[in-house]
Amino acid sequence: MKTKRLMLGNEAVARGLYEAGVRFVSSYPGTPSTEITEYAAKYDEIYAEWAPNEKVALEAAMGAAVGGARAFCAMKHVGLNVAADPLFVASYTGVNAGLLIAVADDPGMHSSQNEQDSRHYARAAKIPMLEPSDSQECLDFVKLAYDLSEKFDIPFILRTSTRIAHSQSLTELGEREEKPILPYEKNPAKYVMIPANARGRHVSLEERLAALREYAETSPVNKIERASDNKIGIITAGVSYVYAKECFGDTASYLKLGLVNPLPERLIREFAASVERVIVIEELDPVIEEQVRAMGIACDGKNLLPVVGEYSSALLAERLLGKKPETVRLDVQMPPRPPVLCPGCPHRGVFYILKKLKLTVSGDIGCYTLGAVAPLASIDTTFCMGASVSSLHGRNIAIGDEKTSVAVIGDSTFVHSGITGLINMVYNGSKSTVLILDNRITGMTGHQQNPCTGLTLKEKPAPELSLERLCAAVGVDEEHIRVVDPNKLDELEKTIKEELDSPCVSVIICRRPCALLKYVAKKKPYSIDENKCRACRACMRIACPAISVSENGKAKIDDALCTGCGLCTQMCRFDAICE
Amino acid sequence: MDSVKSILITGVGGQGTLLAARILGDAAIRSGYEAKVSEVHGMSQRGGSVVTYVRYGKSVVSPLICEGEADVILSFEVLEAARCLPYLKKGGVVVTSTQEINPMPVISGAAKYPGDLINQMKAAGVRVISADALSIARAAGSIKASNVALIGLGADLFGFSHDVLYESIMSCVPEKAKAVNEAAFKGGLAAASQRHNL
Repeated sequence: MKTKRLMLGNEAVARGLYEAGVRFVSSYPGTPSTEITEYAAKYDEIYAEWAPNEKVALEAAMGAAVGGARAFCAMKHVGLNVAADPLFVASYTGVNAGLLIAVADDPGMHSSQNEQDSRHYARAAKIPMLEPSDSQECLDFVKLAYDLSEKFDIPFILRTSTRIAHSQSLTELGEREEKPILPYEKNPAKYVMIPANARGRHVSLEERLAALREYAETSPVNKIERASDNKIGIITAGVSYVYAKECFGDTASYLKLGLVNPLPERLIREFAASVERVIVIEELDPVIEEQVRAMGIACDGKNLLPVVGEYSSALLAERLLGKKPETVRLDVQMPPRPPVLCPGCPHRGVFYILKKLKLTVSGDIGCYTLGAVAPLASIDTTFCMGASVSSLHGRNIAIGDEKTSVAVIGDSTFVHSGITGLINMVYNGSKSTVLILDNRITGMTGHQQNPCTGLTLKEKPAPELSLERLCAAVGVDEEHIRVVDPNKLDELEKTIKEELDSPCVSVIICRRPCALLKYVAKKKPYSIDENKCRACRACMRIACPAISVSENGKAKIDDALCTGCGLCTQMCRFDAICE
Repeated sequence: MDSVKSILITGVGGQGTLLAARILGDAAIRSGYEAKVSEVHGMSQRGGSVVTYVRYGKSVVSPLICEGEADVILSFEVLEAARCLPYLKKGGVVVTSTQEINPMPVISGAAKYPGDLINQMKAAGVRVISADALSIARAAGSIKASNVALIGLGADLFGFSHDVLYESIMSCVPEKAKAVNEAAFKGGLAAASQRHNL
């Protein structure tokens, strides 16, 4: 009997990689894609690594695939922006052994700065894209993707979304099929993309796409499910399929597209002709709908459904069937509960000081983005990975704000794409100050190793990237590369003030490990001496979740939350916070 | 059980909602059902409101629970239970720890933590089962086991036998935490039966 297990979509993707004989995985973490690579790393048969960013990861995977080993690379939707450069050429060169890129979209922005729709990339880069609806399909589609990638000589994209990546459903496991490394043959006309060769490869790409369009018409992953009548026909894919099915059940027919690029035109025409009303149901942008309309087929879609946010069966029931559920609500103002920096977080002191000094703060992507949330509320801008450094440079050259502005960027994000911004600062004579919040781990995505941590994805020792030496190497004056413990508030404040006054680029490395790391020992929790507490609320300014105000107005510390980091003791002028 | 059972698990990021969801998902599979469990990772895990869905039955299509659909709301924190109340089905049950954790707007003084939420839910006609899961877990040996204490508190509402729940707990928690979690589960069960005797 075959084993069936409850599996996270991401785990099922990793299982698919294992069963498909994949040998090489390179990725950069990003919610909701991260666990694919973590699960893949558990298989001894798969080499898996964290790359410094998605572009490096995809290029590494391309190298492995052209070399003859089945290769893979995972990223979140915005990671594909970083990897877009190699992506657009990978369709031209094609592969040798199969190449698959998993991209996880985040409708509803559970943990992202935008909700871009990756299907546009599949069309723009001319790469076929599969979209699973549950964990079983995650596994099956991965295996199919490798066979098709080799058959059609083109990389494939597997598109998931948060609810597929992070939902568990029953998945049947198979065996690994070992794939020997394919022979590599030198073929510059195929792999050297100079204009003379690329012209030929573009012609080849269009031929390969035409063959794929033909394949799409009969692919087993594009399925029609018939209702007993022909009133409603729904064209859908991915997680939208399960919402549609939950809402309409057997009262509608479905064309469920597993291959979302290229679309099967004849199949769509045939399906549309067989029903009275066509509804296209897809989260985010009308990617399928616009192509259906371009075929001259009348349909409903974004005229009734939003382009913003996540869908659900309830949303479909309300918008398409006019049904609203019966609910109980309390007539009470409920305070929101936004995410916050954890108790003991080494970033807390940094944002307290930046707010105290009233600085303009160019922010970046990571846990420390939470420094934007009240009451610390000290971040002015957050764009994308690495933008803190490069955008601060532009600001300061343009408006001369060097004395009152800083960039903050995490260790992993700095290595991902902050280094080039720092090189630009040095090269073009900036006087800006950059704070690298070095918490010795990639934090927000759930503790992944990176080049600064001294360990690989498989927990093997690795050379530890020295941020100090790196900054010196790109030309930052060594006197202006400072290392501070961000929990020592006085020293941190003094260092920031000194470097804001410096006539050149400064880097302040705020180094303290993430409080959630296993090797970081929790200290004894602090408590409030009520006789000494004057209820001045000074300790509240650091916004620690462990500190609140009791009914008598005095501070109180939750001993279940307090990590004993001692930051609050530096806030109290009355020595009321004691061990 | 013909229809799909929907358990909404809510709490504050870091409280252990994911493990609770995995235990219930495991128990559903052991009981011969199909199951889907939807988790949320990433930013909201940093002390924000977190919601996890567990759905099981003969056949389950969507992993999401929509408003008016939850048979049980299993909550680690009172405000989060009240916040999720619109998701409760008519006749559904709220199982909540009496723990209250102030969200940042309350800590910073920008908002007030609403009072008496458990009684307000009851006054709205909702069946509420509550106990201090944190104290039960602490007595069992670790506050981390409050998720398992809560599962004990709601044990009669899921449609699984206690034996199945026990097996699932033991298979989902790490080896060294088994004794503590067994004690927390029994503590939760005891709190539930005390309530029935009242």
